Amino acid sequence: MSKQNSLRPSATFPLDVLAEIHRAADQGIYEIRGFGTKRSLPNFDDLLFLGASMSRYPLEGYREKCATNVTLGTRFAKKPIELNIPITIAGMSFGALGAHAKEAIGRAATQMGTSTTTGDGGMTEEERQSSKTLVYQVLPSRYGLNPDDLRRADALEVVVGQGAKPGGGGMLLGQKITERVAEMRDLPEGIDQRSACRHPDWTGPDDLEIKIQELREITDWQIPIYIKIGAARVSYDVALSVKAGADVIVLDGMQGGTAATQDVFIEQVGIPTLPALRMAVDALRELGMHRKVQLIVSGGIRTGADIAKALAMGADAVSIGSATMVAMGCNKPVFIEDYQSLGTEPGYCHHCHTGRCPVGITTQDPELEARLMPEMGARLLRNYLTTLTLEVQTLARACGKSHVLNLEPEDMVALTIEAAAMAGIPLAGTNWIPGA
Amino acid sequence: MKIFDLAQDSVRTRNQGLHDSPEGKWLVSHPDGRHCIAAGLDAAVDVDIEGHVGYYCAGMNKHASITISGSAGPGVAENMMSGTVRVKGNVSHCAGASGHGGLLIVEGDASARCGISMKGTDIVVAGSVGHMSAFMAQTGRLVVCGDAGDFLGDSIYEAIIYVAGEVGELGADCVEKEMTAEHRQSLTDLLSASGVDANPDNFRRYGSARKLYNFNIDHASDY
Ligand code: SF4
Repeated sequence: MSKQNSLRPSATFPLDVLAEIHRAADQGIYEIRGFGTKRSLPNFDDLLFLGASMSRYPLEGYREKCATNVTLGTRFAKKPIELNIPITIAGMSFGALGAHAKEAIGRAATQMGTSTTTGDGGMTEEERQSSKTLVYQVLPSRYGLNPDDLRRADALEVVVGQGAKPGGGGMLLGQKITERVAEMRDLPEGIDQRSACRHPDWTGPDDLEIKIQELREITDWQIPIYIKIGAARVSYDVALSVKAGADVIVLDGMQGGTAATQDVFIEQVGIPTLPALRMAVDALRELGMHRKVQLIVSGGIRTGADIAKALAMGADAVSIGSATMVAMGCNKPVFIEDYQSLGTEPGYCHHCHTGRCPVGITTQDPELEARLMPEMGARLLRNYLTTLTLEVQTLARACGKSHVLNLEPEDMVALTIEAAAMAGIPLAGTNWIPGA
Repeated sequence: MKIFDLAQDSVRTRNQGLHDSPEGKWLVSHPDGRHCIAAGLDAAVDVDIEGHVGYYCAGMNKHASITISGSAGPGVAENMMSGTVRVKGNVSHCAGASGHGGLLIVEGDASARCGISMKGTDIVVAGSVGHMSAFMAQTGRLVVCGDAGDFLGDSIYEAIIYVAGEVGELGADCVEKEMTAEHRQSLTDLLSASGVDANPDNFRRYGSARKLYNFNIDHASDY
């Protein structure tokens, strides 16, 4: 047999599949990991802007105004949220993230005039103090949930699902349940904590409507109430969220991150952000609620181009989670031995669940956390948010828009048939939208 | 005493009144199954509700003493922080869900998932509770003077359950535990605080076997 033949790889059992079977046979349990899906999916890179031409008039870069402000929660709340940029920070728990990271995020969001979001585990004093606009999540676990924090929040977000795991609950492995985290969650220290996947006191959209009424009563109808859904049966979920009384819908595509979830869940459940967003906008339009119930989209947003395309498809704002961490140093080639001691390398790390984050973001270890001082983290994130905003403005001006929310589907074409069908955008060089 | 007649006024107006001037005694008449009555109170007021209430009555209560002279819908006293809520009739599912503190007394029976996800609250049920009560209960005490349905205390953490009557199938990781003198005393005090007449000697105690706290391959079938 030739050497070439004896090293022929199997398409059915490639190296990563072999390794996973070996690992499963050794350990007898599914792989739990952080970060988000690693598979290749149709995404915003598969869309392009057309820019202005004879029929469209571009705006002068740097000189002509291109506004970026957005108002969220105009349906029922007495005090809607006013943001300077259409980029919000997604919910990430204290527990999954260390206190320094949470504080850095709060500071940067405040300096940029945008909102940040609590997570499973409740609101910390540091994040309330550092965040001008703080969205307080109401999660199935209800860890740390209390009416005082409800009343000092700027908006509430009822979390029904998460893009990385629609239908799944949270996990925080024992190594991250320190004394402070345990106390906030009313749990023993050091246990593997499983957050429920269903809310304890409502079971369907009719109940949720009354639950939202209760939250509004407790907060005297002052602040907006968001509903966050993981992208799955998006058309129904959006329609039911509208019926349940949401001011804002947060739609998280399957590229959304997680601090700890089963790999099989991350890779095999949910739909990508691209089709999810189109389905959500269609559902809102059908109900006559587009722009009345605002739509925030998240899940794999990385660049100003991603944001501009999401807005052009009909989102009112985006939310970023994983990219927030990357901006603060996640997967950066520093402290390389510490990545290696986790069995990984910079660029490949998904080890948030271990609590041994080499760059001090997803850890409760004081020594590791010291690698990310809040001021430095805030500066990095502020620079990143500024860059994203400039990129969105650049693309909007090129399309002749004086406000980034004026971007529209007609400004884009799709590069692949899949993206054209999923996003409802014509394939470049044609008028063809498959399935339309 | 201030009187709120919900046949005349909306729940919204009346809750706002309770939030704005939280003092003294209040009587709520004609609740007629309306939802979210007296939700989000944050002061030591006394509220008497004359009749049946819908969902989430006394939700997230802090400090207030609320008496419902009727039955209550789902999620009564959910996420209560402190204070007392007394229901003279029966309660629907998820009573006292995720409560952090305070005392919920049910003089009748409670439906499924009573005390689900409780985080420090005390619940005393003079009658029986439905299935999956104290599911994922973290801390606090659930006292059942009647019977408990199947899967009691499924995936329980450090909450303590006392039951006087029959118990169906226990939930995952929930086991019967020794009733020590300390537990009997704690139960006696709780029964006396609730005004429910039951003999502490008749109760058995249930809690976590703590086998599911950290993943162990040998317990995989229990998950
Ligand atoms: S570098 Fe830290 S935040 Fe990034 S994937 Fe690794 S452990 Fe998670």
